[in-house]
Amino acid sequence: HCSKYKVLIHIIKYTPYQLIMKILVGVKRVVDYAVKVRVQNNTVDLNNIKMSLNPFCEIAVEEAVRLKEQKVADEVVAVSIGPKQCSETLRTALAMGADRAIHISTDLRTDYMELQPYAIAQIFQKVVEQEQSDLVLLGKQGIDSDCGQTGPMLAGLLGWPQVTFAANIETDGKSMTVERETDDGTETIQIPALPAVITCDLRLNEPRYATLPNIMKAKKKKVDTLVAEDMGIDLTPRNEVLEVFEPPPRKEGIMVDDVDSLLDKLRNEAGVIE
Amino acid sequence: LLVVASIIHKPSVNRTLSLSTMLSTRFLSRTTTARFTLARYASTLVVSEPLLEGGIVSPATQSTVTAAQQVSSGDDISLLIVSEQAPTQVPEGVSKIYHVACGDLLSETVAEAIKEVASASSFEYIVAPASKFGSTVVPRAAAMLSLSPVTDVIEIVSGDTFIRPMYAGNALAKVKATDATKFLSVRPTSFEKAPLQDVTMDVEATTVTPFTKSKWISEQVSKSDRPDLGSANIVISGGRGLKSGDNFVLLEQLADKLQAAVGASRAAVDAGMVPNDMQVGQTGKVVAPDLYIAVGISGAIQHLSGMKDSKTIVAINTDAEAPIFSVADYGLQADLFEAVPELTEKV
Repeated sequence: HCSKYKVLIHIIKYTPYQLIMKILVGVKRVVDYAVKVRVQNNTVDLNNIKMSLNPFCEIAVEEAVRLKEQKVADEVVAVSIGPKQCSETLRTALAMGADRAIHISTDLRTDYMELQPYAIAQIFQKVVEQEQSDLVLLGKQGIDSDCGQTGPMLAGLLGWPQVTFAANIETDGKSMTVERETDDGTETIQIPALPAVITCDLRLNEPRYATLPNIMKAKKKKVDTLVAEDMGIDLTPRNEVLEVFEPPPRKEGIMVDDVDSLLDKLRNEAGVIE
Repeated sequence: LLVVASIIHKPSVNRTLSLSTMLSTRFLSRTTTARFTLARYASTLVVSEPLLEGGIVSPATQSTVTAAQQVSSGDDISLLIVSEQAPTQVPEGVSKIYHVACGDLLSETVAEAIKEVASASSFEYIVAPASKFGSTVVPRAAAMLSLSPVTDVIEIVSGDTFIRPMYAGNALAKVKATDATKFLSVRPTSFEKAPLQDVTMDVEATTVTPFTKSKWISEQVSKSDRPDLGSANIVISGGRGLKSGDNFVLLEQLADKLQAAVGASRAAVDAGMVPNDMQVGQTGKVVAPDLYIAVGISGAIQHLSGMKDSKTIVAINTDAEAPIFSVADYGLQADLFEAVPELTEKV
């Protein structure tokens, strides 16, 4: 007991005063961006469809790992919600440099059909509180549900500062200056002190490819599992998906031979140019 | 009075009026002034985008008011404006303005304003535009109000049922909202712009608790005389085929002649050719102009999702197999470096 006390005093005395930043990154398993989905039986058919790490979550992982490499963060924890195959998504994040992962297990569909952002944000809130995270990095939207709600919702539940559509992040480990995309350009926001929620947009960075040695190392990193249904959160969607259908197809077009015929069509057929 | 109220307000959708709504003075005054209509009475708060120069609301806000009229009875639409300057022109159909005179441009402050105004009154609907502005404030405000919003609505089926796109617009979902207050964000391209009118209605000066944990530092906006990309009648977009940002001047010259806006594909933004606010696509802007000309754009799913509702689509590309030709009304297989200047000259 006495030696533990001595060790504790030693740690308190000699740990350099710096923000020990713990980053939580959301990584969503979604339909691969190159796949054009098919609607069948009133839902999007996901059988035998290639699934991948959501591109914007990938950008978030990359940013988290860079902050660790810059020595302003000391731990990156990746979180994914979904079926057992989420372990693959988490392994990708671990191979990119995340330290450990948390899998929130559920068989509910996470593409808006069943689990929706309001419940997802509450799940993240619980994990953030448990992990005592300082910074949450999320992708700006999932390319399946196309909601883009989880980030600001989580920030609202926590009462934390939020910056969406981040295109550039600069930090000294204590405060953050973030440049974000807006509807007509960009704007710069400063967060004097963490914690905060930031959602990541395209221009923030270009994610690394996981190297083979890192993929092998990732297999040894810790993945904890929690069950979504046991977290004391109401997971029922408040917005019931009644029907899913494909948009009506466009009328087939024609090829024109040259600029003159194009202009003729635009002036006289389509009537969009004088 | 309650019996009279329930006969008049026979809802055509599964919707019951709460007792507190029925007893509110606003509701009672409506019934006693003999508005014998079967329309649902619903008080609606529309969230305005930041005002344009001169205190005028944005085109997206105009479309949002139209959506608000479609979903509610249209009798009681209030507009929440958070801005330093006073509003001068707002959409027709707005009967009251909540003006938060605040120079603070933080999304957290706007969300707080929505939460404070919505908590003080009882709204059936809160409707905002689905822009970067809207998608940043709506979910935060919704979480603070314990609501689950329906975002990117492209069609209003009834008072509680909406259509929203998913999977880059390749799947459309018909969604029934079950919250008592329906919090929506709507795609401006799916709703006509309500015409503007001068501010003559009641303007309630409102205060908000400012958010102090973030600081707005500056903005970088490229001023242009060209029409706003989200609401322009003609859009000319460039993709990877332009090869460099400098070559976009070819499109700008054509745009000047046609009074068009200039957009870009994600590939062009990714390659650093153009800034992000020009991006058209699933994760950029969604546009639906009368004429969309896609130049040097291959037509990836993500790009199509942002422009496939355009009335007429033209594609110029050297690759006859490019997927863009599958959505184009008129396709021209040609070298853009020759075709675009020729088009500019002859148009």
